[in-house]
Amino acid sequence: MAELIARSPCGGLLPLTIGELSLTEEPPEPMTLIMPFRGQTGAVSKAMTAAHGLGFPEPGRIAGEGDAKAIWFGRGKAMLVGVEPDRSLTGLAAMSDQSDAWAVVRLTGPQSEAVLARLVPVDLRAPVFGPGQTVQSQVMHMTGSISRIGAQAFRIMVFRSMAATLVHDLKTAMEAVVARR
Amino acid sequence: MRVAGKGLLDRSSSVPFTFDGVRYAGLEGDTLASALLANDVLLVGRSFKYHRPRGILTAGSEEPNALVTTGRGAGRDPNVRATVQELYEGLEARSQNRWPSLRFDAMAINDLAAPFLGAGFYYKTFMWPRAFWEKIYEPVIRRAAGLGALSGIANADRYERAHAFCDVLIVGAGPAGLMAALVAGRAGADVIVADEDFRPGGRLLAENDSIDGMSGSAWVQGVQSELAAMDNVRLMTRTTVVGAYDQGTYGALERVGHHRAHRPEGLPLECFWRIVAKRTVLAAGALERPVAFRDNDRPGIMMAGAVRAYLNRWGVSPGKAVTVFANSDDGHRTARDLLEAGVHVAGVIDSRPDAPKAADFAVYRGAQVCGSSGRRGLESITIRTLSGEQRVQSDCLAMSGGWNPTLHLTCHMGGRPRWSPDIAAFVPVEGAVPGMVAAGACNGAFSTAACLQEGVRAGREVLSQLGLAAPDVELPVADDAEAGLQPLWAVPGKGRAWLDFQNDVTVKDVNQAAAENFHSVEHMKRYTTQGMATDQGKNSNVGALAVLADATGRSIPETGTTTFRPPYSPVAIAALGAGAQDKGFAPERFTTSHKASVERGAPMIEAGLWYRPSYFPAPGETTWRQSCDREVGMVRQAVGICDVSTLGKIDIQGADAGAFLDFVYANTFSTLKVGRVRYGLMLREDGFVMDDGTTARLGECHYLMTTTTAAAGEVMRHLEHVHQLLRPELDVAFASVTEQWAQFAVAGPKSRALLDSVLDAPLDPVEWPFMACGPVSVMGVNGRLFRISFSGEHAYELAVPARYGDSLFRMLVARAEALGGGPYGMEALNVLRIEKGFITHAEIHGRTTAFDIGMERMVATRKDCIGKVLSQRPGLLDPSRERLVGLRPVGAVKQMVSGAHLFEADAEAVRQNDQGYVTSVCYSPTMGQMLGLGFLKGGPDRYGETVRMVDHLRGIETLCVVVNPVFFDPEGGRVRG
Repeated sequence: MAELIARSPCGGLLPLTIGELSLTEEPPEPMTLIMPFRGQTGAVSKAMTAAHGLGFPEPGRIAGEGDAKAIWFGRGKAMLVGVEPDRSLTGLAAMSDQSDAWAVVRLTGPQSEAVLARLVPVDLRAPVFGPGQTVQSQVMHMTGSISRIGAQAFRIMVFRSMAATLVHDLKTAMEAVVARR
Repeated sequence: MRVAGKGLLDRSSSVPFTFDGVRYAGLEGDTLASALLANDVLLVGRSFKYHRPRGILTAGSEEPNALVTTGRGAGRDPNVRATVQELYEGLEARSQNRWPSLRFDAMAINDLAAPFLGAGFYYKTFMWPRAFWEKIYEPVIRRAAGLGALSGIANADRYERAHAFCDVLIVGAGPAGLMAALVAGRAGADVIVADEDFRPGGRLLAENDSIDGMSGSAWVQGVQSELAAMDNVRLMTRTTVVGAYDQGTYGALERVGHHRAHRPEGLPLECFWRIVAKRTVLAAGALERPVAFRDNDRPGIMMAGAVRAYLNRWGVSPGKAVTVFANSDDGHRTARDLLEAGVHVAGVIDSRPDAPKAADFAVYRGAQVCGSSGRRGLESITIRTLSGEQRVQSDCLAMSGGWNPTLHLTCHMGGRPRWSPDIAAFVPVEGAVPGMVAAGACNGAFSTAACLQEGVRAGREVLSQLGLAAPDVELPVADDAEAGLQPLWAVPGKGRAWLDFQNDVTVKDVNQAAAENFHSVEHMKRYTTQGMATDQGKNSNVGALAVLADATGRSIPETGTTTFRPPYSPVAIAALGAGAQDKGFAPERFTTSHKASVERGAPMIEAGLWYRPSYFPAPGETTWRQSCDREVGMVRQAVGICDVSTLGKIDIQGADAGAFLDFVYANTFSTLKVGRVRYGLMLREDGFVMDDGTTARLGECHYLMTTTTAAAGEVMRHLEHVHQLLRPELDVAFASVTEQWAQFAVAGPKSRALLDSVLDAPLDPVEWPFMACGPVSVMGVNGRLFRISFSGEHAYELAVPARYGDSLFRMLVARAEALGGGPYGMEALNVLRIEKGFITHAEIHGRTTAFDIGMERMVATRKDCIGKVLSQRPGLLDPSRERLVGLRPVGAVKQMVSGAHLFEADAEAVRQNDQGYVTSVCYSPTMGQMLGLGFLKGGPDRYGETVRMVDHLRGIETLCVVVNPVFFDPEGGRVRG
């Protein structure tokens, strides 16, 4: 019997290394947008803690440090990543499967902050935006989610359909930063 | 010529460059200007209007004369200031605004016609006849007057934009800026120091002063290394802060690649920074101002500060016998520096009667320079003293009329500077830009000691505002002498005395403006064009204001102030629009079937940011119509596949999801059964149609809304608005799932047969009637199926997670082809929907109501919804409104065009007789003729009537019969299968 073949959003576009900077596609993992129903944020957070070991994140924060994470994703929203949401959340929050909706890349290297300074209009300096922090902002012309996942590592998400533009914009900025050395 | 033993340059280097095709050599550390002067090139340009020969006036970014074009081909760069351009190996520079050559410029004839070309000349002369202005006068004037030109070819050079954030931004790295940086840096604040020069130090590099017993440049080097060792301080050279904006945001232009002989791949030419600073110290220094006297624009006449800069920093003397004309001690200082370097000083003309005397050079006290002569460069000057006029041979005159604080940024948010009579200059007012503190020369403190002190003061001030403790900083010992200036703006006399060198404005022009009653400085400026060139009047604003004050018998503060707008110095549009070239212009959104479609040769068209296939050419097909007709037939007779993933898909969940949808849709959704889909119409608040689409009920509290491709963002925003502001009490949440699902239309009589071959369980016709929906398993993958149709055929839309989109599309297409079908594109999709009279945003274009499109009954009567009340305004329900109809050609001409207007068959096709317009047309292979949709006054009431379609642009007239817009299968039997 025939079988459907899965393709990743950045397939054929990544990985990319320029100087000490590297851009890779994150391996596919479950992603679910969690949107607590009215007055249920506390209950949702409790259920998440019990089931996944992480609470509903505060604005601008990522909850969890292991494989399972919850990335704040805008007003009243969090993206649960790396794990399927537990059944106990049913009825407490709207849940929307987003596992295929995003192009997710990781930018690493000593100048990764300088690269993002060319694309993202918010303050990403380490003291202000350290590991565990996230922001919903622009990546050049695209709306995206930017998280710091290490001293020199960022996770960047934009709509899946814009994967080629994301790689183009990051590559251009990486080249410009590296060329300055 | 170079002067031995002077300058901060690498004397062992040799940097070859060309100017107007002639080869020269300079040194590392030179600017183009200093290298030209070192090679005794005095004539570098022609003036804007009169084409007068011009030389280098200044040593900074305020240069009005020495504008050149660098580079060649697409990337050639006009109006580059030679005083800013760093020298690099192979630099090619050319003079501008001259023909055929710089030495002989035919347009210099303008100079002879000068008596006729004064202020207001254009306004008076070219008023009549009116039509001539645009066609004749303006092009001719533009050719005669001008600067450098762009290549006219698309430039492939990269430009970049970037964002930076800091606690303290320091604008300028002279004595004040460096001291402020030390204070803020040692306190641990995050500091950015931006300086437009390629070497920090400001005037310290240009003067002979000592600080703490060492040379200015040595002191700068010490500070620089201390700052470089601090992680919290970023020194940005070649970076001009060009504008101050709200909330501590500054625009800054960094020259990244202009000084490089070889630019590494990917390196931008310039970077436009947006710097957000909690506090800012403005330490931008001051600009020296010329004195207006007859023929003061001759090459060889320079600013005294520039002469010292060329001498002390670049080891160049611009002349062999230099004279100095000043109204302060800067005259003596210039002469001393020159003498010390072994340059002959032919005299200091000091306008102050009580000027100090000097032992080693002649001082003309209480004297003025009242003229100059020389063919292409200065040969002699005329001095006027109490005893009369005399000529002095000189090939370089250093002039100084005092200094103007560089307070430009303080004006960018509406601040008006204040006149300070002590220094006869404008100084910034406190608080002109919130969070900004001015220090040093830009604040009117001119001596080195005062600048250092002000830098410390400003540094402490911003630290205390930021709540940081100020560290101990020892104030270095430096010169504290005041210049003892006595104002001198213009030397009276005949002839033309230049104020604005770049726009060729003289004292006479300003006087004439005053005589013609342009007393306001703003009017004078516009009438004479003073200060309106690319240097924004940096050298001339205060002088012109003083002349205007004199002409109108008022004091300077009474006459007005000068103000400045961003940018401080010119910024290339390429830098402002950085990153927007080519692919950077807008994101491209690709569907999962993009690759497969392109492989099949489908031309892609843009729908919003999406790319969608227009049609899929089959072998032997040469026109889009052939492909389109085939694809339409395929759907009507067999089965077609079309990627519809681009339609907006919004997941709506919550106990109040139904109530929420009832509020945003005109029709009712709370009554929709689970597992069913309904067509919905959304109105704007004003009652006009906003969007349409289908919404499926996937569960008791779970709906899936679809929107038009291009309206997806707008609808999402609308839903957020409604929920956050209008109905916050509703328990509902929504998320875009457009990107999660790859969705394909499977349309045509054989659609079910095709689906049965990919679904894990065959479709039961009883369970899957028209408008059913539900989960399905597609080769083991969880998908969703919707029995909906935009073609009028028995059709479905099958959705799977996007990762499988490419695979599923290829499979569906292969199986469709086996059944006599295949993929279809946007053209066929459009034809199929017009044949059925289905609307798109061509019809719901923002000016039509539910009534206009024949859907007024969809506006539910039993509930409220957005737009309901206003949709019922009597004028919007008037039967004579332009309403949706179908049109078929009935006369000899069979062509129909969208955008054409409709008239009664025998009426003249003029605006007054307009009856409506055509929105969509197609050739229908099914009906064998063209079909149109349009809006006609009275609409459905006029079925059967013949109207005339007129396209005035293309000259097409077609007689059409008005019909019901559903052309094909009006009973809808096919869709129910």
